[in-house]
Amino acid sequence: MHIKVLGPGCMNCKTLEKRTLEAIHDLHIEATVEKVEEYQKIASYGIMRTPGLVIDEKVVSYGVVPKVEEIKALILKHNISV
Amino acid sequence: MALSQYQRALLFVGLWVILYALLEPGVALLTSTLPLAPGTRLAEAIRFFLYEAPRVVLLLTIVVFGVGIIRSYFSPERTRRILGGKNLLLGNVLASMLGIVTPFCSCSAVPLFIGFVETGIPLGVTFSFLIAAPMINEVAVVLLLGLFGWKTALIYVATGLVIAISAGFVIGRLNVERFVEDWVYTIKGQDVGLENNPSFNDRIQAGFTAVRDIVSKVWPYILVGIAVGAWVHGYVPEDFLSGIMGKSAWWAVPVSVLIGVPLYSNAAGIIPIVHALLEKGASLGTALAFMMAVIGLSLPETIILRRVLKLPLILIFVSVVATGIIIVGYLFNTIY
Repeated sequence: MHIKVLGPGCMNCKTLEKRTLEAIHDLHIEATVEKVEEYQKIASYGIMRTPGLVIDEKVVSYGVVPKVEEIKALILKHNISV
Repeated sequence: MALSQYQRALLFVGLWVILYALLEPGVALLTSTLPLAPGTRLAEAIRFFLYEAPRVVLLLTIVVFGVGIIRSYFSPERTRRILGGKNLLLGNVLASMLGIVTPFCSCSAVPLFIGFVETGIPLGVTFSFLIAAPMINEVAVVLLLGLFGWKTALIYVATGLVIAISAGFVIGRLNVERFVEDWVYTIKGQDVGLENNPSFNDRIQAGFTAVRDIVSKVWPYILVGIAVGAWVHGYVPEDFLSGIMGKSAWWAVPVSVLIGVPLYSNAAGIIPIVHALLEKGASLGTALAFMMAVIGLSLPETIILRRVLKLPLILIFVSVVATGIIIVGYLFNTIY
């Protein structure tokens, strides 16, 4: 699983990255987390509000900083739909 | 028993009303027990602070709660849809008004700009949004309401809207598309389609979240702003500023704007200070112009926008808005 955190490096984006790592750790899954800070790339995902969370190239959340539990739920939901 | 979201909201509003009602007698009691010689400068300053600071923070809490609920009905995605296909003038009016209610943070200015341009919303309309969104916000309105009264708050909102509409319209007419970074036009964002329709419970939750996020971020600025205001109130002599910021000084408005543009503070920090300046002889137009320049035009935001706009357009943007603010300043100095 490849997870991307989209955001130019503001406070919210850092929090999201931290929580995502926490969620992965809690779930004991294999996943890589990449931070995408370039506006060009962020915009290509079609989001207008940062931070964005992308799992395997699919945007699963944007404009909010989900809680660790919510990120876990997003990851699990994504795993089921694959 | 867990409270439902409605009950929590009612409880919150009820508590707020009680606190607000208790505020004046409470502070009166407190100041009477303090060993303050009435009429001294220190006493004046402390009294001012004790009355204003809790009142403004309380007002902020309730307004942010309400605005948080209202904002849950708007999103940049929805605003973009509403603005799509509107012609210039109507688009500017709508964009400015939507700029007030659409959730916006300057850190998202670039993705928002790209998102608007990508769907063909004219540049001038996009600028109206980008001018109104930071300039007219709930924090500014609360502080104006709390410290100056509803008339000044209304004047600020109305003139802010006029500036956003007309500046956007002017920029739209200048044909500045070539000054947008070329890569912006090549971006085709995927359709995220995550918009869900929140229940009313979710909207109330959004109100609470807004209170937590905004009030926790803004209250230190308010306290510092009001403390500086209190100091000016107690220690700076009356009419001290009438010579430099009064009506008679014709150059005061442009100079205030020139100083205000690079200065960056949020509304919470600057408005209590402006309030005190006004008390000491600054004229309304000059104070208003200064305030708008500080809040509406900020260096960090222009630096962020530089990623998508070439330098000439940044300069056009800043000078058109600054000109609008200067005109408003003179206008109010003439009327009042």
